[in-house]
Amino acid sequence: MAMKFEKTGDGTYSLDVCGYTCPHPQLYTKKSLEKMAEGEILEVIFDNPSSQESITQMCNAEGHEVVESTQDGSRFVIKIEKG
Amino acid sequence: MEAVKNLEAAGKSHSVSKSTYWAFLILGALALISLLYIRTNIYYMYIVVYIWFGVAYGMLLQYGRFCIASASRDLFAAKVPRMAVVVLMTLVFLSIIQAILAVTKVSTPFFQPVPAGIHLLIAGLLFGFGMVIAGGCATGSTYKTGEGHGTSLLALLALIFGQAIFVTLGGPLNNLLPQSWVQAAAAKVPSDKLSSWYDTYLMGYVLDKPTIQLSKTGFIANTFPGFAKYFVGDALLNVILPAVILLVAIYVYAARKGFIKKRRKAKGSAGFSDELAGIWNMLVQSKKTIFIGFLIAVTIGLHILVAKGMLDKFGATNFGELLARMDHKEGLTAAGKVFDPGYWFMTTQQTQLGAWLLDKIGLINVKDSVFFGLLNGIPAPWDNPSLWMLIGLIFGAMVTALASREFKFHPPKGELIAWGLLGGLLLGIGSRLGLG
Repeated sequence: MAMKFEKTGDGTYSLDVCGYTCPHPQLYTKKSLEKMAEGEILEVIFDNPSSQESITQMCNAEGHEVVESTQDGSRFVIKIEKG
Repeated sequence: MEAVKNLEAAGKSHSVSKSTYWAFLILGALALISLLYIRTNIYYMYIVVYIWFGVAYGMLLQYGRFCIASASRDLFAAKVPRMAVVVLMTLVFLSIIQAILAVTKVSTPFFQPVPAGIHLLIAGLLFGFGMVIAGGCATGSTYKTGEGHGTSLLALLALIFGQAIFVTLGGPLNNLLPQSWVQAAAAKVPSDKLSSWYDTYLMGYVLDKPTIQLSKTGFIANTFPGFAKYFVGDALLNVILPAVILLVAIYVYAARKGFIKKRRKAKGSAGFSDELAGIWNMLVQSKKTIFIGFLIAVTIGLHILVAKGMLDKFGATNFGELLARMDHKEGLTAAGKVFDPGYWFMTTQQTQLGAWLLDKIGLINVKDSVFFGLLNGIPAPWDNPSLWMLIGLIFGAMVTALASREFKFHPPKGELIAWGLLGGLLLGIGSRLGLG
């Protein structure tokens, strides 16, 4: 299995969906956020460029806050605070 | 510590220049191939045009983050309207381009409606399942191969070989065909040409179905004579109005709640002007992708203009005629043609490539079939303009991915292998049933 969702600390989680193309990264992000409590942080790591905007828009629409968004080459990292 | 930082910076800068170097190398190789073609024969300029329009499509799709698979699934599963809005807006732009081309009487036989029937619904469903599973439609899987996605490469391979096998299946499957299709097909072509079930499906069912184009209906043509019938019938009634209705429905379903909630919080209430502001906000949320959608529609229009202009210049109606003049007669249809869409098309040339390869290694024999022998031909890959467009599209996407340091080969792992292959097969079956 390429997808990896794990608890990385107190109130922090990580979701690694590298290798997945859309729409899977945004859907796994949505499912992961559903498992978390309000105020907890999810770090999503992906490498499908077209998912970046979709994940950000999904967070805006659902009341989550994107607290950090970075790109290093083909690797994207978005930190989301569940709202 | 400072030294480590400098080393890291140097490494990054080296990485950037290496990616850029590869991007230029690819463009240089394509330019060299183009020159070799033109030196071989001026008629090959037609293939060169296809190569570079393919590069343009690939660059635009990758830069604009186009993903039609997201348009459907994100909307319903995650309530993200971004790509659904972009796809509808692109269709609106394309409908206006189509009307302009119709007015100027510049078009291609492939830029026309396909026969309508229940088969389109089945084909659309299979294609839809396929693109969600594979993570991209036929074009999406092709350009994402250029980004380095191994899953998309598997989907592309499944599209290439799956379609070739699907259209050549015969034997016991032929016994399952309705007798009415068999009789209707046999009335049009000799039975020895009906080698597969797909040939009978095409000749006995699909090609008997009517095509519907509003500008050609009596009511529209009489009510809006002259140029107006194209803009009112084909663009406004067929595309723009349905798109506006769908956009409002998408706003209500996916975007309204969050937007109006914010407005009420800020202003205390929200009225009709806020609803209009909400729709506008949804439309402009992805300005870059919508602008790229506009550019794609314009590029398609330019491609049709240039391809038609070149054929007129060479005094031909199809690239097959130019191949025949160069004594390349193998793989042409009985009428001396080849599949030559004149604009962006993806799946038929994938089928041709798969069938050509399988035919060469003796696994199938397709030259006498209806699909290849009568309708599309099966030219060698280097003589196939639409296949060169596909290759150009992959490398165009690769160039922009390299230039933005987003290119990286990701080998498919675990479930992604099954998803890529299964998704590609469903995409292929859907596209062949729906004719593209």
